[in-house]
Amino acid sequence: MAKIMPLSEAVATFVRDGDSLALEGFTHLIPHAAGHEIIRQGRKDLTLIRMTPDLIYDQLIGMGAARKLVFSWGGNPGVGSLHRFRDAVEHSWPRPLEIEERAHADMASSYAAGASGLPFAVLRAYAGTDIPRSNPKIRQIACPFTGEMLAASPSIRPDVAVIHAQKADRKGNVLLWGILGVQKEAVLAAKRAIVTVEEVVDDFRVDAAHNAVILPTWVVSAVACVPGGAAPSYAHGYYARDNAFYKKWDAIARDRETFLDWMRENVLETRDFADFLARQTRGRAHVDA
Amino acid sequence: MSTLDYTTDEMMTVEAARQLGGGDVCFVGIGLPSAAANLARLTHAPEIVLIYESGTIGAEPDALPLSIGDGELANTALTVVSVPEIFRYWLQGGRVDVGFLGAAQIDRFANINTTVVGDYAKPRVRLPGAGGAPEIAGQAGQVFIILRQSPKAFVQKLDFITSVGYLDGGDARARLGLPGRGPTKVITDLGVLTPDPETRELTLTQLHPGVTLEQVKAQTGWSLKIAANLSISEPPGSSELRTLRALHERTRLAHGREGGA
Repeated sequence: MAKIMPLSEAVATFVRDGDSLALEGFTHLIPHAAGHEIIRQGRKDLTLIRMTPDLIYDQLIGMGAARKLVFSWGGNPGVGSLHRFRDAVEHSWPRPLEIEERAHADMASSYAAGASGLPFAVLRAYAGTDIPRSNPKIRQIACPFTGEMLAASPSIRPDVAVIHAQKADRKGNVLLWGILGVQKEAVLAAKRAIVTVEEVVDDFRVDAAHNAVILPTWVVSAVACVPGGAAPSYAHGYYARDNAFYKKWDAIARDRETFLDWMRENVLETRDFADFLARQTRGRAHVDA
Repeated sequence: MSTLDYTTDEMMTVEAARQLGGGDVCFVGIGLPSAAANLARLTHAPEIVLIYESGTIGAEPDALPLSIGDGELANTALTVVSVPEIFRYWLQGGRVDVGFLGAAQIDRFANINTTVVGDYAKPRVRLPGAGGAPEIAGQAGQVFIILRQSPKAFVQKLDFITSVGYLDGGDARARLGLPGRGPTKVITDLGVLTPDPETRELTLTQLHPGVTLEQVKAQTGWSLKIAANLSISEPPGSSELRTLRALHERTRLAHGREGGA
């Protein structure tokens, strides 16, 4: 059964140095607040897993929290490069970053295999590409019925999955909707799961259809109520994607010193995500004035 | 440019949109492909079905999405499915007619690199990586590629093949047994390239108005083959241009800055 607790306690209890960690979210519902808290608590030597590492992974990598990255597309969507990720791969700054690279179809299938308790995923993929050459874990397997050669890729089974959702009830059942990415699979594939939510309500069954995506409390370790916790990404029905911030991040992350200053001021020196959001709003009001 | 009343990017997007037909199910990449596919939907192909890899099927965005998973895509889609489902049931399941891709680099056999420039272990430039492209390139019925032409993008040899076109040409792709036919058009800001039916080498088959052969050759990193019966693109029509510019204006307002092409 999930316990409802503050995010700081959830991270302190369930995320350890050296863990493999999947903070999933496909543009929507990205768990930024949880990422900040992991940085604040100084977790290190993490293996970070995610299909689409974006700003929060740029921050974790730039702060030296990660030893390894498992991913399929690393960029700032619609804007350009993740400069901290590139600096780590191209110049080993602030530390070398081992990478294990796959394609989206593979990672999506490998999470599903992990959630299914299977050792690997089978899919039709990679023929003719150089990707298996760069990642020796991608193998080929013959279909036992037809002999067709297919790609086999190890399941993804993180120590901890971290996601953001719209609602939880007081028992810790979780409801999410909109673009769902691989969050359900990531939670079911992981040993432990932390979910941050926009709000905790008495009962959400009244407004959720029978086939809504619900993660029962008994597959979740901790639920933390963090309104706005996906910002600058978005939570459908609550707030829109802050596209302007994604563009602004390009300039912040391009330079090591600017990045470190921003992280100190906005993450390390903030108490929690509410404090961070308040600072962002004050900063914006200042600019507007 | 002063003699033309449209930009080369507009010409490229309009010509790319024209390649799409009415009932096509199109798996769309973000950026230039998304602009072209939505222009097609808003002009001659209202029945087109747009699928984005975020799981949105039948999206009809009013403004172009900045990311592959903007709320606008979910709000206007017929349905939103999970990412494992979009790749397994819809793409791998063989339900996509056209894959529409962008690229960082391309070679003469329409192979694409979006992974690294330089050595993989110690890259000069680390690019974002594969995303959904390798399986789109392998499994969509056919593939259109849209990118601006330059010697840095149209290279003699790729350092990394992220998504496969025709490998080293001839029957090399056929021998891989991929379900999809592969790239059938490469649309650029200078013209349109089409693979030769035998060798599969990209051949310039169409020039945009006002572009010279010398210009195209100078922007290509290999010795470019030119079709004997080279045609000239129809300039953008006033309705195409009006619709494209209105789409970009809505996008600019939605994102608080000017959009791309």
